[in-house]
Parts: sequence; C-alpha cells; structure tokens
Amino acid sequence: MTWVLIALLVVPLVGALVVAFLRKDDRKAKLVALAFSLVELVLAVLLWTAYDPNGDRIQLAAGVDWIPAFGVRLQFGIDGIALVMIAVIALLIPLVIGAGWTEKLPAGRSQGGYLSLILIQEAVTVAVFAATDVFLFYVLFEVMLIPMYFLIGGYGGARRQYAAVKFFLYSFLGGLIMLASAIGAYAMASDELGKGTFDWATLVTVVRDADTTTQTWLFLGFFLAFAIKAPLVPFHTWLPDAAAEAPIGVTVIVVGILDKVGTFGMLRYLLPMFPEASKNLAPFVLVLAVAGVLYGSLLATGQRDMKRFLAYVSIAHFGFIALGIFSFTSQAGVGSVSYMLNHSISTGMLILVIGMVIARGGSSLISDYGGMSKVAPLLSGMLLLAGLTTLSLPGTNSFVSEFLVLIGSYPTQPVFTIIATVGMVLAALYVLWLYQRIMTGPLRGDALIGAAAGPGAVGDPEKKTAIGDLSKREIAVLAPLVVIVLALGFYPQPVLDVITPTVGATLTEVGVTDPVTVQEGK
Amino acid sequence: MNLLVAQAQQIEAPEIDYGAIAPLLIVLGAACISVLLEALLPKHQRWAVQLVLTLVTLVGAVGSLILYATSERPEQGVATLAGAIAVDSPALFLWATLLVLGFGSVLLIADRSVEPGGAFVAQAAIRPGTVQDRAQATKTGMQTEVFPLTLFALGGMMTFVASNDLLTMFIALEVLSLPLYLLCGLARRRRLLSQEAAVKYFLLGAFASAFFLYGVALLYGYAGSVKLSAIATAAGGTDRSDTLLFAGFGLLVVGLLFKAAVGPFHSWTPDVYQGAPTPITAFMAACTKVAAFGGILRVLTVAFENTQWEWRGVLYGVAVVSMVIGAILGLTQTDVKRMIAYSSVAHAGFLLIGSIALVPDGTGVSATMFYLLAYGFTTIAAFGVVSLVRNSDGEATHLSQWAGLAKRSPIVAATFTFLLLALAGIPLTSGFIGKFVVFSAAIEAGLMPLVVIALVASAVAAFFYLRVIVLMYFSDPAPDGPTVTVPGAFTTIAITLGAVVTLVLGLWPTFVLDWAGTGSFLS
Repeated sequence: MTWVLIALLVVPLVGALVVAFLRKDDRKAKLVALAFSLVELVLAVLLWTAYDPNGDRIQLAAGVDWIPAFGVRLQFGIDGIALVMIAVIALLIPLVIGAGWTEKLPAGRSQGGYLSLILIQEAVTVAVFAATDVFLFYVLFEVMLIPMYFLIGGYGGARRQYAAVKFFLYSFLGGLIMLASAIGAYAMASDELGKGTFDWATLVTVVRDADTTTQTWLFLGFFLAFAIKAPLVPFHTWLPDAAAEAPIGVTVIVVGILDKVGTFGMLRYLLPMFPEASKNLAPFVLVLAVAGVLYGSLLATGQRDMKRFLAYVSIAHFGFIALGIFSFTSQAGVGSVSYMLNHSISTGMLILVIGMVIARGGSSLISDYGGMSKVAPLLSGMLLLAGLTTLSLPGTNSFVSEFLVLIGSYPTQPVFTIIATVGMVLAALYVLWLYQRIMTGPLRGDALIGAAAGPGAVGDPEKKTAIGDLSKREIAVLAPLVVIVLALGFYPQPVLDVITPTVGATLTEVGVTDPVTVQEGK
Repeated sequence: MNLLVAQAQQIEAPEIDYGAIAPLLIVLGAACISVLLEALLPKHQRWAVQLVLTLVTLVGAVGSLILYATSERPEQGVATLAGAIAVDSPALFLWATLLVLGFGSVLLIADRSVEPGGAFVAQAAIRPGTVQDRAQATKTGMQTEVFPLTLFALGGMMTFVASNDLLTMFIALEVLSLPLYLLCGLARRRRLLSQEAAVKYFLLGAFASAFFLYGVALLYGYAGSVKLSAIATAAGGTDRSDTLLFAGFGLLVVGLLFKAAVGPFHSWTPDVYQGAPTPITAFMAACTKVAAFGGILRVLTVAFENTQWEWRGVLYGVAVVSMVIGAILGLTQTDVKRMIAYSSVAHAGFLLIGSIALVPDGTGVSATMFYLLAYGFTTIAAFGVVSLVRNSDGEATHLSQWAGLAKRSPIVAATFTFLLLALAGIPLTSGFIGKFVVFSAAIEAGLMPLVVIALVASAVAAFFYLRVIVLMYFSDPAPDGPTVTVPGAFTTIAITLGAVVTLVLGLWPTFVLDWAGTGSFLS
C-alpha cells in the first residue's frame, strides 16, 4: 500500500498543473480542482485503512537516494500523528475550495492561478508531514512558504504585501536556524558513524546520547523554528497579520494546517532527538505555552476584527497543545495530538462560518454587524456550534482533547495546568461575546443595514435585505464538519486508537514513564 | 661575450606540460589573434568574426580541458612552467567554471537585439556630452575591442587561480584587472556614470594591487621565496620573524579581498556594478568572484594552512562584517544593480566562511567552489534579466519602475523571481545547496557561531529579494513604466542557461559536488 502515500504527494501536484492551464475558464478550474482534492480525500481514507496502529514506528515507508554525498534521501513514511494530520489536510482542502466557490478574487487574478497554488500547498504540506529525512523535512518546511507567500500576497486584503513578507521572513529565519541545528546533528552522525546521514531514525539514535550542552543548542535551533511556526508567544506576531490579510480559505490553511507543522515538529523532532534538553527546557517552554493561553485568550476577547480574533484564538489553543506535549504524560500527549486534529476541524469550521458572515457583510469588523440571526438563522446556528466546539463544550470534539491535555498535565505540572484552565473560562467569554455581538439583539451595523442609516440605527428584519441565509453550497460545505464535530465529540476512540501508540513510542524515546497508569481505562 | 653565452647555456628551459595548460594557452592565444583581427579587419566585419572567434575559443578551451581532465594525469596535479602554474583538480574545476561562466557572459556581451548596437559605446574615446558624442549615440556600431579584452581578462583569471607562486599571481591579477577597468567605462548609455565607475575601479584597484605587491615583498623577505609551498615550509619552522609573515599575509589578503568584493573592502562594488555596462557587470560578478576566491582558497590552503589559528580570527571578523554590510545596506537600495551588488558582498561573506573552514579532510574548498559555480550562473542570468527591462533612457534599474512587472511580462518576472529565490538560498535552487555545503563545512570546522550569524544575515538579505518579488507581483504597474524587450537569441540562451543550471544544481547537485570534491590543491 506504499503507493497510496506516493499518490497523496503526486495527485495534488498533477492537479495543480492541470488547473494552472485552466486560467481562462474559472468554472472549469474550480471543478477540476475540486475533483482532484476529492481524489486526495479518498486516498487519505485509504491511507487510514492501510495504517496499522500497533505496527512499526514509521509505516508505508518509501524512498530513493537524492544527494548521496550527504546521505540525503527522498524518504517518506507516516506514523499515527502524521496520518491524522494528512487526513485533516485532505478533509479541509475540498471544503476550502467549496467555501470559496463564489468568492471574488482581486482584479486581474484568476481562479486557475489561485486553486493551483492551493493544490501545490496541499502537496507540499502533506509531504512535510510524511518526510522522514531531516534534510528533506527542512527543504519542504521552507518550500511550503513559497505558495503561501503568493497566496497571501497575491490574493489577500489591503495590507497583503506587508503580511506576506512578514510571514515569509519569520518562518524563513526560523527554518534557517533549524538548518544549522540539523547540520550540527548531521556532523555528529558523521563523526559517530563514519558516514553522515539525515535519516530521522538514525539521527535519533545518534543525537539522543549527545551531551546536554550540545543537545540544548541543537534543541534551541529546532525549537525556534517550531515556536515561530506553531506559533508560541512571543514568536506569534506574524500570525494575526497573515490571518487577517489572507483570503478566508487561505486563512483556514494557515491557521488550520500550516501551524500544525510546528507542534508536529516538536513531537517528531524535538522530543525523540533531544530528550535531555526537552526535559531540562520544559519549564521554559511551558511558561511560553501558558503565557500563550492567557495572552491569546485576552487578546481574542479584545479584537475588533474577526479574522484577527481567529488568529488569537489559535494562539491560545497552541498554548494548550504545547502544554500537553511538554508535560510528558501519555494522556496529555494523546490530548495534544487529538487537539491538533480537533483544532483544525473546529477552528477550520469557525473560520469558514466567519468567512460566510464576512461574505455577506463585506466587512470583517465585528462592530459592522448585529442581530444577524434575524435574517440568517441557520448561519447563526452554525456560528454558535463552531463557537461552542472552539470553546470545548462537552459533546463536541475539542472537549475530549482539551480535557485530556488538562488531566494529563496535572500530575506532572499542576501549577501550569491550573493557570491554563483559566483559558477555558476566557474561551467561553470570547466566543459567546463574539456570537452575542454579531448575531443577537436588533438588526444593526453598517454591514447589514448600510452605513447610510447612521450610527445606532436599527434595521427592520421583515424588510427585504441582500443578506440571505446559508445557500445549499454552504450547507454542503458545513455539513461534513458538523457531523465530524459531533461524532468525535461522542466517540473519539477511532482517532485515539491511531495516535496513542505513536505518542507512547515518542514518550518512550524521551525516556519518561507515566506517573499514573492511564492507558488501561480507555 | 663568451661568458654570456656560457651563462645562457646553464639556464635550462623549463619543462612545459602543454596538455595541462592547453586551455590557458588557447584563451590567451586567441586573445592575441583577436587583437590582430581588430587591427586588420574592416569595421563592419569585426563584430561577427570576433564573436565567432571568442565563442570557438571558449568551446575549444573547455574541450581541451575535458580532454586533459579525463586523460591519465597525476592525481595530485602537476606544477609546470618551472613550478609557476599548478594544474590540479581544484584548478581544473575553477577553469571549467570560469570558461562556462565566461561563455554565458560573452553571450550577454554579444547581444545587439536588446539595444540596437549592443550595450557598448561605438567609440569610447569621444568625450561624453560633446557634439560628436551626440552624433554617435544614434550609430549602431560598437567598440569590438570588448572581445579581446574579455578574453585577456578571462586568461588572467585562469592564470590567477592556478598560479603556484605569488609573483605569477600578481601578474595574473594585473592581466585580469586592466581589461576590466577598461570594460567598465564602455557603456553606451549614461556614459559619465560608466566612466566614473571605471576610474573608481581603477584607482581603488591600483591601491589594492599595491597592497598585494607589498605583501608579496614582505613574504619574500620572510620565506626567501615567492612560492606558496616555500612559504608554508618556512612558516613550519618558527625561528623567523612572525611580524614579516603576518604583515605580509595581511597586505596580501587585503589585495585578494578587494578583488573578491568582500566587505569592508567592498566600497567600489555598488558604484562599479551600477555604472558598468550590464553584461560586464555580469562578467565581473560571476567570473571575477570565481577568480578571486579561487586565489584566496589556494593561498590560504597551500601557503597558510598551518598558521590558520593565527589568522582565522581576523578573517572570521571580515566575514561577519561582509555579511552584515551586504545584508543591511542591501535593504536600503533602490537600484536593482546596486541591490545585487550588495547582495554579492553578502555572498562574498558566505564564501569566505567556506574559505576559512580548513580542516584536514574537510569539505571547505569543494563547498566554496560549488558555491562559486552556483552563484555565478544565477548572477549571470539575473543580470541578463536586468538588461531586458528598459525604458527610453536605457535600462530601467530603479526598483519603483519594476512595479507590476508580472502583469506585463509574466515569464520574465517568474524567471527573475526564481533567480532571486536562488540568491536568497531557498531550497530546490542551487543557492540553497551552495549555502548548505558551505555551512556544513564550516560547522565541521567548528565555526558554529559564524554559521548562525550567516543564517541571520541570509534571513535579513531575503527581505530585499522578497521586496522585488512583492513589487513585481503584488503592486500595480506604474503608468509610464518600462517595457520588457523581447530578448534576442544570445541573451535568451544566457538567461536560460543560468536559470536551468540554477534549477538542476538545486535538484541534483551530486555530479558537481563529486567533481568539486575530487582532489585537493597541489602543495
């Protein structure tokens, strides 16, 4: 079944090429792109069935030599964490394409170009998660920036140039520092083994025994790249700009998918390769994580722009994920990985719904809206559901993961956990307040009743307006997400089964044992 | 009289390995023929004949080089012409690099479709601004001495990277420099700027040569010989004056760093790059860089490797200064040629890192040579693209004029974007592999802090490359913006060659890496 993984890498690229030739015909471009993304989704389902949760550490491995002089290989393979991330990418891309079906692009831009870049982004991102050669991972980590740079810069809002360059430079700098660390690990391997290699599994065995000082430096190199990507406070400032300026579908990709490379990297590279340094520096990372939870939550509460709001919500969530990873218990680890998945789904849904709100009002300022549920009750319900899963209401998917992170972290890191719990309360505040301002009360706001009505004016919901409820297309986009949110909220076992062995293996590589046995009960 | 004859008989004619130095002889010989042609041929025939001669020469030189390199030859290289020239594996690699890059540059030099008559003035001796000058502005002739001058410069560069003693090196330095000074002053447009560039380059270059020569003199005083290996031997026994050694080394290196445009010896670079005709800028940026770093590598490895702990700190500092100057001053540039000039200063810093990463069995030398090859091709293609974007005053080099270029000429903009990404060192381009091998070599040599500084400098420098991409893609075109000339065959080939090599070396660098790593300098 190795071909499935290779096909997952190739299909979007072929799709991108085909779509790039359809720049004249927007409709055809959209249909073809959607078709390719659905094929990718089917392949991802096949991948899921081909993966054996209790099998090898890295499965479906395939590769060829690339630069033999440095022992670099084009080597791919997946573990449970990578599988889950690849699946969620394949799920979100068709939804992004569907949600953006009627979106107007800036003048002079074609759907063909836009969708082509989206498909390239999909291919490269899948490859990042599937790479098991550290050099290849670095290469893809940087290449991943280029389509996104053009997506933000070419199709974004008013300050798109600034946002695109800022996004690129932050990630590029982080990546370069990581490269220095990767070369350091390579040099260590060539000293020890006589021949250098970038193979992940081999590097893990070599580097994990290095002395603490070396490990610490190499750890910091990788950590900086991942902390920028994830992003952790204080390396987060690129995200609100990128999220606010990108078109809504691209925001889904940035916040829902690309950021996960950071936390994925922590699990795949930081913990197994630098176990000593990870344990020594955990308090430092946890401070950043908890600071992120509080800072992100507070700033989300204070945002006036909905897209910036989304960015800060994510920063808070990444704080939770990092907390779970660096607590070193299997429960918290499983919680973090499932959080990575559920954050993609919940926040992805929230972004898509907010995108639908913005598409109706033409403004992303919260103050331009009010009482929208009177004219769009279904949309209002969707925003509420997306909001509730974002704030981890029991019965929704996010609850499972947030709960696992918190109870898993408590035994080893009680203080940080208690502080982070405040974030849950703040989440209820920022989500419900957003909902209240946009949806409830009398119909008002410049975006809904027009600026001509003057400040404080109230509209009549009975009167005909241009603001309609969800269309069939929008319902089709949101329906799968609603199903998944509720299904994973009540029955998360299939996902947990896939990720638990991988998290267990990761923690074994770090060399920690759980303070309490938690795996028996599940 | 008899005494003289007797003495003359005692001097033995040196052994000459003609096979080894054939490429050198071909280039320099053709340069001499080319000068004769310039004197004998009628004006209207010169351009075609000179061009054919130059291209055939370069192809022939590459051919003889391949012939020699694949034949049975001593693995460690040979010293020929009484030990003045060392033809070893690095020399062969650098020669091939110079010849191929020279070929690309000559194609740019020969192009006459982008600008009627080419980038060069019809009669350089006419003073700018006079009546005659205005009259010749409409003529389509060009000063065809450009071709022999280029060949001489190339021959000088090839000698420079293969010279086994400092005096030969100095002669080669002059042979490569003097034609370049002249070539800089030959631009068809903006002639005052061009001549200013030539004078600046000449005056500063003369100073640098003097430094170099003074260094050679001191080293001769120290070692009693100008041979590189003799200096290494002398430095091995420590009973001589270290002052002479290090003063000599310092002065010598200043001369070399000047040619390589390493900061803080870079101040000529932006002005000269901007003023010189663009094909010559490409030639200087690619080939002079190769020659200068080839010389630096040889001098450091052969003559000074065993004293490296004394001088490493100094060059460490120089590399940092060069990277910082290049990256930070590059941010403030508004002219695309000056921007690439500062970028070349930053790249010189990266190259210097590879040059000082000398450890036994290390890859510093081969990494630096790979970087030179990769950088040379990217730069030639980049300047090729710069020469295409024009308005009625000639090249539109001000960055604001590049706004929205992607809308009008998507292919040119895409090519330039790719080349800029290569200069920034983004993976899947040769620029990245170059940086990677150089930084790997440096980390193996224990230069981790320097590598971290270099990485930060790369990230800073990426900003100004990105700024151009932003301008081309995300800005609206200016209403009176420049047009992109449809390039003729020569420029198209040069740009394509550069871009394709940049891509291929980014994807499959193994062949060139292996070749660069086959042997070490003859000592």
